[in-house]
Amino acid sequence: MICLEGIGVTFNGGTALETVALRGLNLEIPDGQFVTVIGSNGAGKSTLLNVLSGEILPNVGRVTIGDRDVTHWKTDRRAKLVARVFQNPLMGSCADLTVEENLALAARRGSSRGLKPALGKAFRSHCQTQLASLGLGLEKRLGDRMGLLSGGQRQAVSLLMAKLAPNQILLLDEHTAALDPKTAESVMRLSDRMIREQQLTTLMVTHSMKQALQWGDRTIMLHEGRIVFDLMGEARSKLTVQDLLQQFEQLEGNAVSDDSLLLG
Amino acid sequence: MTSVAFSGALELGFLYGLVALGIYISFRVLDFPDLTVDGSFPLGGAIAAAFILKGVPPIVATLMAIIAGAIAGLCTATLNVKFKILNLLASILTMIALYSINLRIMGRPNLSLLNQPTVFQSVTTLLQSLPDPIQIFGNTLLLGTIALTTKLIFDRFLQSEIGLAMRATGANPAMARAQGISTDGMILLGMAIANALSAFAGALFAQLNGGADVGMGVGTIIFGLAAVIGGETLFDKLNVWQATIGAIVGSILYRIVIAVALQADFLGIQAQDLNLVTAVLVAIALVVPRRFGKQPGGISR
Repeated sequence: MICLEGIGVTFNGGTALETVALRGLNLEIPDGQFVTVIGSNGAGKSTLLNVLSGEILPNVGRVTIGDRDVTHWKTDRRAKLVARVFQNPLMGSCADLTVEENLALAARRGSSRGLKPALGKAFRSHCQTQLASLGLGLEKRLGDRMGLLSGGQRQAVSLLMAKLAPNQILLLDEHTAALDPKTAESVMRLSDRMIREQQLTTLMVTHSMKQALQWGDRTIMLHEGRIVFDLMGEARSKLTVQDLLQQFEQLEGNAVSDDSLLLG
Repeated sequence: MTSVAFSGALELGFLYGLVALGIYISFRVLDFPDLTVDGSFPLGGAIAAAFILKGVPPIVATLMAIIAGAIAGLCTATLNVKFKILNLLASILTMIALYSINLRIMGRPNLSLLNQPTVFQSVTTLLQSLPDPIQIFGNTLLLGTIALTTKLIFDRFLQSEIGLAMRATGANPAMARAQGISTDGMILLGMAIANALSAFAGALFAQLNGGADVGMGVGTIIFGLAAVIGGETLFDKLNVWQATIGAIVGSILYRIVIAVALQADFLGIQAQDLNLVTAVLVAIALVVPRRFGKQPGGISR
């Protein structure tokens, strides 16, 4: 169970540039649930994700993961509970390190690191099996630099890195937004398969309304730092992209002008 | 080139090869432009000389120098990670502070080690029975062994779990943190190692040259950088093993080039032109690869 209670985040507090990103946000995610998050630019989606990962510590409120209060844990400490796939394929892995070195880094997430060689025979063959399961032929490219892989391949490897070590929540940060539509679709399918197989508790931020409704068990919409609707089950399955768009227009008080909000 | 000049170039090449390995860690692995080495090199010399003059065995004095260097590196890293001072500026602050500290340690601008025991003496005694040309290379052998051993330990370290975490810290800090790596901790560790090596080289330099001088560190960063960059041009695609051997070979080549340039009378280069020649060589090494389409990483923008 992931629990956010009364989370408030203010940037540049007390100055002329003061921006309130989250206003007393409450959210509970039961184990194994796959939540999609939607909202316009500045609604607080990224902040919500960063509060969960530890990149941003909230000004007020409490964050609990499982039965642990992690409100004051920074990113590196929280990494044993949280796995994250970034929007930018370049962000989630090291371009200068090889595929297997990146996987070795991820495999030690949440465990202590010592002076043992990072790569061993057993680990290599484990990597090969795992990479083969992606079905992209990457099992032959263990020794290649990560930077030589395409964006889609890097995101697929990032997904694999997320599941190499145990985690309590998987954060997907618009992880298909930088990919072409066909690759985005296949990376999304791969993500969904992995989440279902491993029964991962997942929070996926997306700009695509279609994606938000098509995947996962529950959809929440953020607006000005608050959750403005939260749907699951039958109510959610009946919802169309058109309904969502109407919701948006009501909130904004006028027609949606945000080009980045993809309808398709 | 005489064999004495050649062995001299090799000695300095291996010695500054240690500095170059340290600079490889700071500049390349951690992406931390660290000028502390200009202060930690004379720090090592000052500590070693002061302890030897107090009657401490040279090996122990050298170990003390290594520890002092590590502490200097920790100072710079702490200024950067805890107090959020820009990395380059943090290193300059430590370097400036070390100038005064080195004067304090020595009590005056220089200390002579003439007729004092050094780590090199024991090797020289060991080789006395051997025929002539080998004797000249006694110091070279010792320095070569030290540099290559350090290189091997380095390679092993950078392939370890911690070493890999350190490489990730320099390459992509956000990703490193997301993988549970304490990037602050890695910067502290890496900077301690880099400056420990610089102080180690300084301690050896003082014992080799018969004394420590407060000005002996000027340009250390550039000598080391010249070695790292020179070494990188030797290999096409760099892995850790190639980068570390490149740093040492680059350091030796640089010393040979300098020795040859100083001996070629028709060039009119004198000993005092050394830093100017070095600066020009490093500038050329940074510009030329880009001109010919090969991308150098990190230092050039």
